[in-house]
Amino acid sequence: MAELVASARDGDRQAFDELVRVTHADTYTLAFRLTGDEEDARDVVQEAYFRAYRGLRRFRGDAQFSTWLYRITANCAATHLGRRTRHRHDGLDQADAVADPHPDRDPQLRADADDLRGRLRSALDELPARLRAVVVLRDVYDLPHEAIAAELGISESAAKVRLHRARNKLRDQLFPRRAGESRAV
Amino acid sequence: MQCEDLSEALAATADGDGHLARAERRHVERCLRCQAEVVQYRKLLRAMRTLRTDVLEPAPGLLAEILANLEEAGERHAVRSVLSGRRIAYLGGLAAATAAGAAGAIVFATRTRRARLAG
Repeated sequence: MAELVASARDGDRQAFDELVRVTHADTYTLAFRLTGDEEDARDVVQEAYFRAYRGLRRFRGDAQFSTWLYRITANCAATHLGRRTRHRHDGLDQADAVADPHPDRDPQLRADADDLRGRLRSALDELPARLRAVVVLRDVYDLPHEAIAAELGISESAAKVRLHRARNKLRDQLFPRRAGESRAV
Repeated sequence: MQCEDLSEALAATADGDGHLARAERRHVERCLRCQAEVVQYRKLLRAMRTLRTDVLEPAPGLLAEILANLEEAGERHAVRSVLSGRRIAYLGGLAAATAAGAAGAIVFATRTRRARLAG
């Protein structure tokens, strides 16, 4: 990957094309998680690679290329969602191709984990886009608060507030309280 | 201290980023409900991290579209470079012609002055 990035930075178009081939599914996954819509995700991915192509010479290499590309994708998604006037709530299940890193573990544990992940995808889909973006970038892609705030065009403290609110909502969805239990808000 | 007061703090510290104040920690140590909430946040974060290994299959044709757009962008860039190169060459020629004209005028003026002084 590092060699491809170096060649692409030196103007090798074939190297950049190869980077696209290697990373496009991952980039699409992030775009889909941020937008919740297949068409929007396609648009975001196109724009992200276009910006990456134009800005590659500015990539200093002190971060991973994938992280740099995530940031661009997040920024494109924020711009795209800002333009979008209506909300869409389509399920994530149809396009999911889940690669299980531990296929040999206990079948019951695996079933439980799969069930939790399935409910988590649905819960993420139910979140408002501005909360979903922050929690996905932080808790799935491990971007620092500062980067998330910068790419979404909000303050770092606003990013943290959104993150905590999103986690709270997800927890409520995944682990609903029994009747009679008061609810922390 | 009420459990509700801790909701934000528990969500904030779920990934080890930040810490609870001493009074908050004391409350959690004694409160089964808050301890359950901490466990739930940990499960949530573990599940979130597993999503990182899930890669969705992009719709067919996306890769070809991206590469085609990049190709087009590359061609546009090349055309712009050629045009700006020609523009630079044109401006350079114009500047050289202007400079040559000015130099010629100076030489002519100098010679005329010398001729007048000699006459």
